[in-house]
Amino acid sequence: MNPEAIRDKVAIVGMGCCKFGENWDKSPADMIVEAAYEAYADAGIEDPQRQIEAVFCGAIYPSKGTAEVADALKLYGRPVSMVTNYCATGTDAFRFGVFSVACGMYDTVLVVGFDKPKDRGVSGPNVQTAGVRGLPQTPAGWFSLCAARYFETYGAGREDLARIAVKNHHNGTLAPKSMLKKEITVEEVLAAPIISWPFGLYDCCAQSDGAAVAVITRTDLAKSFRDDYVLVKAVAIALGPNPQADPSFDFLRWKPTIYAAEQAYAQAGIANPAKELDIVQVHDCFTLTELLTYEDLGLCEKGSAKEHIKSGTFALDGELPVNTDGGLKTFGHPTGATGVRMLYENYKQLQGKADKRQVKNPTLALSHNLGGAPQTCGIAIIGMP
Amino acid sequence: MIGIRSYGAYIPRMRLQLAAIAGGGRKAGSGGGERAVAYYDEDSVTMAVAAATNCLEGIDRSQIDGLLFASTSYEYKEKQAAALIAKALDLDRNTITADFADSIRAGTTALRSALDAVTAGSANNVLVVASDCRLAPPRSAQERSFGDGAAAFLVSAEDVRASIDAAHFVTDEIIDVWRTERDPWVKSWEDRFVVEHGYLRTAREACLGLFKKTDKKAADFRRAVLYGPDARSHTALARALGFDVKTEVQPPLFGQLGNAGAAFAPLLLIAALEQARPGDSILLGNYGDGAEAFALSVHDGISSLFGNRGVRWHLERRAELDDYAKYLNFRHLQTTSADPRGGTGVSATVHYRERDQDISFHGHKCRRCAQEQFPFQRVCFSCFARDDFDAVRLSDRHGKLLAFTFDHFAPSPDLPLIVTTTEIDGGARAYLQMTDANVSEVKLDLPVEFTFRKIHEYGGTPNYFWKCTPLR
Repeated sequence: MNPEAIRDKVAIVGMGCCKFGENWDKSPADMIVEAAYEAYADAGIEDPQRQIEAVFCGAIYPSKGTAEVADALKLYGRPVSMVTNYCATGTDAFRFGVFSVACGMYDTVLVVGFDKPKDRGVSGPNVQTAGVRGLPQTPAGWFSLCAARYFETYGAGREDLARIAVKNHHNGTLAPKSMLKKEITVEEVLAAPIISWPFGLYDCCAQSDGAAVAVITRTDLAKSFRDDYVLVKAVAIALGPNPQADPSFDFLRWKPTIYAAEQAYAQAGIANPAKELDIVQVHDCFTLTELLTYEDLGLCEKGSAKEHIKSGTFALDGELPVNTDGGLKTFGHPTGATGVRMLYENYKQLQGKADKRQVKNPTLALSHNLGGAPQTCGIAIIGMP
Repeated sequence: MIGIRSYGAYIPRMRLQLAAIAGGGRKAGSGGGERAVAYYDEDSVTMAVAAATNCLEGIDRSQIDGLLFASTSYEYKEKQAAALIAKALDLDRNTITADFADSIRAGTTALRSALDAVTAGSANNVLVVASDCRLAPPRSAQERSFGDGAAAFLVSAEDVRASIDAAHFVTDEIIDVWRTERDPWVKSWEDRFVVEHGYLRTAREACLGLFKKTDKKAADFRRAVLYGPDARSHTALARALGFDVKTEVQPPLFGQLGNAGAAFAPLLLIAALEQARPGDSILLGNYGDGAEAFALSVHDGISSLFGNRGVRWHLERRAELDDYAKYLNFRHLQTTSADPRGGTGVSATVHYRERDQDISFHGHKCRRCAQEQFPFQRVCFSCFARDDFDAVRLSDRHGKLLAFTFDHFAPSPDLPLIVTTTEIDGGARAYLQMTDANVSEVKLDLPVEFTFRKIHEYGGTPNYFWKCTPLR
């Protein structure tokens, strides 16, 4: 791998994001158009049919996703491709877009992450029955498997998880496009019904509908769109073994995050992420995922997360704010949209346009997705020139 | 000498409290007592696998060359249970298999056929497994008297602990107890007719026929093991044959186990063998569309089987079920919002490809680095060697919990569902449900054993895999 192949060669010049939520009155096309035209306006694109040269989409629910996007935006005669990569789908679509620009094939491309799970008639993800060995299983069941071992090894507990939910709910009240705008307390989190131990209702993110869009271009062209463009420092994907079968899994960390972070930090030239990163969006599908991710990304020492949670390191006004917009916890998780939605938050924060949740002068921001059993991780790092 | 070389029982852990059945407008508590009920993930096949596993404790499974399965309650009308049970037990593909069905007498009929096969020399070690999980109409008398369970015997010419010296058979056509293909549960004619002209008359005829054939009388038997449809009729038969009910008759376990159908007389025989001494003679009487009587002699070495999981062990391992609605859900006797038998079910071709892993519970052991892994891999998890594995049987090993969760949203009639990652002795890991466990006993590194269960019934057919359960 050439870690410098993309660093600073691609710029984000426009982004858009529809309001996330149970969008009963909106179709996928409605959400895609809303996010894309916000991104066009942000980038100053007036003639997308001419200016957009290719489209990279990410979604996991539709089977005709490319046509849905092309038809919605009338971007005919252009290459439109679709990627799925579990919960890292949005970040992976962004990655293909970045590569296509960095290699010189296209000048300006669109990255569209979207999903519409709320048209299925169920409140959570599908309960899957796969194969003849396939157990009825839920994502909460998969992601909770590290809990008992981690709790025993490091003395953490449900209260530490609850504080993460409380933090993200608070941040979500400050994000205009979040779904849940409700402050909660540790007591409420602990008293909520159990979904899959140790996760209660508030430890789990909701399902929601959403779409987010990025316009990216060659860095040397970025100035023609705007002055405060944002540069892509790194974008990485890594797969790990299925933790349910991996003979060396230790139930204290998620391997895909560690693998992807190694790639991403090499690309971005980051030696000390805790010091160098200013804001981080992590995949808080469940509170424990966020807790483990603090450590797996190297934001704090393995086993020390609970101290940092208590002291507020990752709060909006802490040393390293995490999930500044409220994360999956308050936006919900339309799978393909989530990674691009995180980029949207980092982009706005870096430009100083995050209103009430604005972190002071950030210059380097990371976003992270973790999906599957989990087996796949996507990381994107963007920063100011 | 040919006879029983080993035995093993299985009685499900769940005991439905008879007082809980009452409901339906009637006052609860018409007497104490309980009956064994298969858990929601159990059926006659899974119980048969468990009983057979207990019977084969310490016995090399490659010796087994016959498997006869007896039941009235197997799920399929066409598709053999014995073949599935042989696969779950990881028996040789050349094993002779057959199902004995349609009569609650089938268990002893299969036992007799095994004896005949070994006597004739067509097989050397024949496993006989009787198992039943009979459905009765909700809140009926039968629902209170039925019980679920399984019993297994290994019939052999070697290491015989109990020989069968004589037998007498009676066949009888009578409409007393029946179930057609379309009936959801067992039906029966008026009970006095059924007892007097069916059970008492015919079972007595078989036993007296045996007495005559062998020139014996009740006093010549140390113990009488008799099938009975209910406690009162059972006592009536024992008395009619001349036995002292208190001292000479194997207690029929009504109020504890219940009438386990095809497995009932076999289970009572195991209970008798568990207390037998060399030299004891035992009368075994069974009933169903006729009757059968056997004279057994107990031999040296019977005590070597006392460590096997038999009836006593299972009667002590119990969990009370006092929620009748839960029982109805276990048996699909009331509708639920999600249809547990809906959908398209599993793919037969996937099942075919995975049956060594899923049914025989084989894992892979790398020939290069010795790492064991589950499921089968093409490339080793540890040393990345390609296609260089030996298959190893994991089902009869123990393991420990590496991780667990209590899933309250899984489609299970007994939430929360305990889901684990288990390390199997040897190093393989498997993502397994835990069954027959209380949430309070689940902890990291808990030792577990493995049990063959229904994982789901989507598509209307049972789909089986292995689960872990706390090591008992």
